[in-house]
Amino acid sequence: MKAAPFAYVRAESLDHALDLLAAYGGEAKPIAGGQSLVPMMAMRLARPALLVDINRLPALKGVAVGPRCAVMGATTRQRAVEEDAALHRAVPLLRAALAWVGHVQTRNRGTVGGSLAHADPSAELPLAACVLDATLVLQSRAGGERRLSAADFFLAPMVTAAEEAECLTAIEWPVWEGPGVACAFEEVAIRHGDFAMAAAACQIQLDADGVCRRAALGLGGVAGTPLAFPDLAAQLEGRRIHERLAQEVAEAAAARSEPGSDTHADAEYRRHLAAVLLRRVLLRAAGAPARAPI
Amino acid sequence: MLAPPSPVTVEIIVNGTPRRACVEPRTTLVDFLREHLGLTGTHIGCEHGICGACSVLLEGEPVRACCLFALQVEGLSVTTVEGLAPARGELSRLQNAFCEAHALQCGYCTPGMLIACHDLLARNPRPSEEEIREAIGGNLCRCTGYQQIVDAVKLASGQEAAHG
Amino acid sequence: MAEPPRFRYIGQHRRAVEHRRFVTGQGRYAADIALPGLLHVAIVASPHASARILSVDASAALALPGVHAVLTGEDLQPEIEPMLPGVDAPEVRRFPLARDVVRYAGEWVAAVVADSRAIAEDAAELVEVDYAPSPHVVDPEAAIAPGAPLVHPMRGSNVIFRREFVWGPVEEDFAAAAHRLSYRVRWGRSATVPIETFVCTAAWNDATNLLDVWASIQMPKFPDLLARCLRLPGNAVRVHFDVDVGGSYGVKRGLKHAILVGFLARQLGRPVRFLEDRLENMRGGDMQGPDRLFDVTLAFDDKGVIRSMRMRALDDVGAYAGRSPFQLGKPVGAIVGPYTIHSVAYEAISVLTNKTPQEAVRGFGQAPTNYAIETGLDKVARFLGLDRIELRRRNLIPPERFPYLIPSGTLYDSGDYARVLDKALAAAPYAELLRQREALRAQGRLAGIGVSTCLEPSGGNSSFEPLFNPKNTTTTWMDSCLIRVDLNGAVTAVMATSSSGQAHETLVSTVVGEVLQREPDSIRVIHADSLSALPSNSPVGSRMAIMLGGAAAGAAKRIRAKMLRIAAHNLGVAEEALEWREGAAVLRADPTRALSWARLVEIAHREFHNLPPGMEPGLQESFVWEVPGGGGLPTPDGRIQMYPCHSFEAHVVLASVDPETGKVALHRYVVGHDCGVMISPDVVHGMTYGGVAHGLGAALMEKFAYSPEGQLLSGSLMDYLLPSAQEVPPITIVDHCTPSPLTEFGQKGSGEAGYLGGPAAIASAINDALAPLGAALDALPMTPAAIWRTLRAAQMARAATESTREPT
Repeated sequence: MKAAPFAYVRAESLDHALDLLAAYGGEAKPIAGGQSLVPMMAMRLARPALLVDINRLPALKGVAVGPRCAVMGATTRQRAVEEDAALHRAVPLLRAALAWVGHVQTRNRGTVGGSLAHADPSAELPLAACVLDATLVLQSRAGGERRLSAADFFLAPMVTAAEEAECLTAIEWPVWEGPGVACAFEEVAIRHGDFAMAAAACQIQLDADGVCRRAALGLGGVAGTPLAFPDLAAQLEGRRIHERLAQEVAEAAAARSEPGSDTHADAEYRRHLAAVLLRRVLLRAAGAPARAPI
Repeated sequence: MLAPPSPVTVEIIVNGTPRRACVEPRTTLVDFLREHLGLTGTHIGCEHGICGACSVLLEGEPVRACCLFALQVEGLSVTTVEGLAPARGELSRLQNAFCEAHALQCGYCTPGMLIACHDLLARNPRPSEEEIREAIGGNLCRCTGYQQIVDAVKLASGQEAAHG
Repeated sequence: MAEPPRFRYIGQHRRAVEHRRFVTGQGRYAADIALPGLLHVAIVASPHASARILSVDASAALALPGVHAVLTGEDLQPEIEPMLPGVDAPEVRRFPLARDVVRYAGEWVAAVVADSRAIAEDAAELVEVDYAPSPHVVDPEAAIAPGAPLVHPMRGSNVIFRREFVWGPVEEDFAAAAHRLSYRVRWGRSATVPIETFVCTAAWNDATNLLDVWASIQMPKFPDLLARCLRLPGNAVRVHFDVDVGGSYGVKRGLKHAILVGFLARQLGRPVRFLEDRLENMRGGDMQGPDRLFDVTLAFDDKGVIRSMRMRALDDVGAYAGRSPFQLGKPVGAIVGPYTIHSVAYEAISVLTNKTPQEAVRGFGQAPTNYAIETGLDKVARFLGLDRIELRRRNLIPPERFPYLIPSGTLYDSGDYARVLDKALAAAPYAELLRQREALRAQGRLAGIGVSTCLEPSGGNSSFEPLFNPKNTTTTWMDSCLIRVDLNGAVTAVMATSSSGQAHETLVSTVVGEVLQREPDSIRVIHADSLSALPSNSPVGSRMAIMLGGAAAGAAKRIRAKMLRIAAHNLGVAEEALEWREGAAVLRADPTRALSWARLVEIAHREFHNLPPGMEPGLQESFVWEVPGGGGLPTPDGRIQMYPCHSFEAHVVLASVDPETGKVALHRYVVGHDCGVMISPDVVHGMTYGGVAHGLGAALMEKFAYSPEGQLLSGSLMDYLLPSAQEVPPITIVDHCTPSPLTEFGQKGSGEAGYLGGPAAIASAINDALAPLGAALDALPMTPAAIWRTLRAAQMARAATESTREPT
């Protein structure tokens, strides 16, 4: 399991990286944490001729939390996000999602942008990005900056809207202002830290009376991309989230999933899990008693 | 078109000493340590980022050395199992506890386990059972069932003696 | 029952001597052997489950700089002897590289040798093989049906072994029993999957005609088989047993790897290493475990006492077989488990399919059989409305009946089964588990308690060889030890096999220290190479505490006896007047008269004039020990003493199941364990914890799954799931000691502990959890999806029943 031969360049600057990506197009690939890319290269499922290492570009690192949006450099390590208290207050779903991501070794190295660019449909961070409707900032030499919503970014398993010469440089996570923001993330994997057979996430905002004022929800692992359901989320607004409502919304969402089958879970089971997990995260975020405990 | 890659000299600070070798760009950090530096304490188990046998500290943080190319680590500091003891012929508190609590059998996952546990104790001097299990969750062991590893970490953190 | 004897070093906490090198990164594994000019191998494997090889074109691969050779089956097969199955099926010939035909996806077709492993992989991609796919069969039941594609057409059948045994009056016992109950259980294909893959490095010396081999091996008779297959005299192959093996638990049997690497090293005149990568290991490493269907009928009375059992075990051994069919043979030695079952009919069928070949796995086939028996005990209890623990009590062999002869011819040495079960229940404690089960149920979870009471036959014999192959007359499976005392008085013990985590150096030094009354940490234990070694049958079958421990004790006693003779001669007293105390010979009647260790060593090594007449000078003794109770051939109806010693374990588990997701949580895990006298308690406990974790994997998540096309679907550690510390719960072990009357110190084996009863207990807990919903699952692994499907099927069946009951 040794990678096919490739040339390696450590980018000196973002421009340098973009130059290389422009010059070598589909033959080149940016590498950030490499936690998905390197194993794929070891299995020779990915074989870039040139690796452009963007790990040491300060411009792509760090988090700035603003009132409406938290801007995150694409190569910010997952572990740094996990430990960032200000970011946690601003975008609580991130830490909830990261609790399910890999292990300490992989989160030390893995980056947020890397996970999004890899676009595994059962990965946790792409689901969080879809649920929160994050904006992904792409840059290229020819096209300059391009901004895509998560919904437009993820196209299919391991396929995104990023052009070959484009590099994901930043992610803008919407910050929900005001009190009463709660979130929940839950998934089922046979082994902790593995990709989910199905995952569900939500972030909601309740007023002082417990009425939902804002909601976002989605499912992972049950289609070629993570799924967000803004229309279903809208149905929660102005209502108290109780068992029956959560169940209805969850079932409606699960009905729109298009899960695949593999050795661990068939499509029917995944769809079932989707409904169960989404109902649970809604109730948990809303603080309502869940029918079956976790 | 790209020219075929040629070997490149890379220098990495390993266990406090700058070490240099000429490697193909595709050489992973674990192969660099084992094949080029002869530091065979770091083991290969899966080469796809699951088993944790190849764990090393990179700038003090545990990472999987099979999921990194040596060139990415140029100039950075790496600590391997060979660098955990305070001095030649001595054992660290954690290594000592692993011996005392019989936290290993075949020894193959042990270097990675020690790296993960070393990092845990550096962050959290008195971890709970659950925290220990989470910290080693990415290090697979087929011999011990993990129980005596958990015991060893508790012993090393002064929480309980493995033997009366 | 007698109090276990007291020992000075045996049974005490002692740091394993191996640990220090491992915690400092100084272990020396096969992959760490660095030789100048080392070349590396990568494999070209079949993508098809069954195909004819039309052509192999290696020209592009050979043109790549750094490539030294591409070897095909066409090149290799005429130069070597085939690896033959242990059973009498000479048509099933197996070679490291396929020629003309491939029989499973992943089978090795060509080997590429290059300056580095990376270049070898580059070249392997360039080897062009044309295949013509042919019909295949992956299901073992389909494979024995008429008209099934034949994996080895020369064999004429996919059945590589079949025999029906009848031990005792089965017909009569069935006729006399009030009830009978039939069931089917399936043990999924899993394995031990050590973290180290298989590694072999070999170097050939033209001047000495000697092949040196460093391999991560755990295999009986490996050097002899390797030499024979390479058409070399045995003394032209030197296997170095001093490499540390990174886990095995049965599977490290890389004979085909070693034949290939040895052949290449000799052909190329360069040292060669093959370090399987994980993908090669999973698919073509030939290390997958038993894959079994059991059809069982139990005959029992109203009280639940089981009189007789009919068992049919159909085992899918994959495309080739070495010793794997014997994995249906070893359970013959514990076919009634710990129970008083009076008669048994046992049909053992090993079937060839187009899947990766099966290899030995921890327990050598006993864990699946234990699971099948234990499932039956639970079913009988449920059928009669009896408590499962009470049912076991009614069937367990009582302590006063030992030694106990089971219908298939094995004499169980000793045991106190009900007492061990009681201890485990008390440790849980069981009343608390009942309370917690109710509390979990009140929370909306499905919750259950699992129990299993299982045997671990130990002391690895090979009686299944003549039992399953009439042409095989093997009746000894000896092991040995050599002890030297040098002229400075230091003791070195030489063992004759490699270790894969069992702490044999600790075992031997503890035993030798005990006999000689020398500090064990002062005793060095080395692993000989195969040319300097006395015979060993390797650390399989939970045998080393018994066999290596017994051989080490035997050799040490010879040293001690010789020193006592020297002392008696020099003190002018009878040997009987002396005793051995603190490593010195002391006159019992007058302890001031003694000869010290140093003095005795001095005489033995330097003073011939002070030796008793006729005594050899020096201090060096060996001992070769035959398996106690072994040595016989089977009776015509297939009765034989299988393993000599019988350890016992009682598992008690509290589990819960999320009713909506099928996900299992284990809340409490207790094992009562009796392996006689523990020489190294820490080592025994470690193996038991590890065995439970391995059993948890087999019960809940591990499976080599295949597509209908015969493609392995779990070929990486992302898909084949080894449990982590977050899946394995804290485990409580409760020790009990019923010494074996057959061994030096009363010890029994423990290398398979935990694994032999774990899967049965976890399955029992899950089925107890599902029972209130009328659901039951009798196939491993019990994954969340499988549990959910079972629950849903039960729910639909209930709904259907209720709707038919509704008045029209």
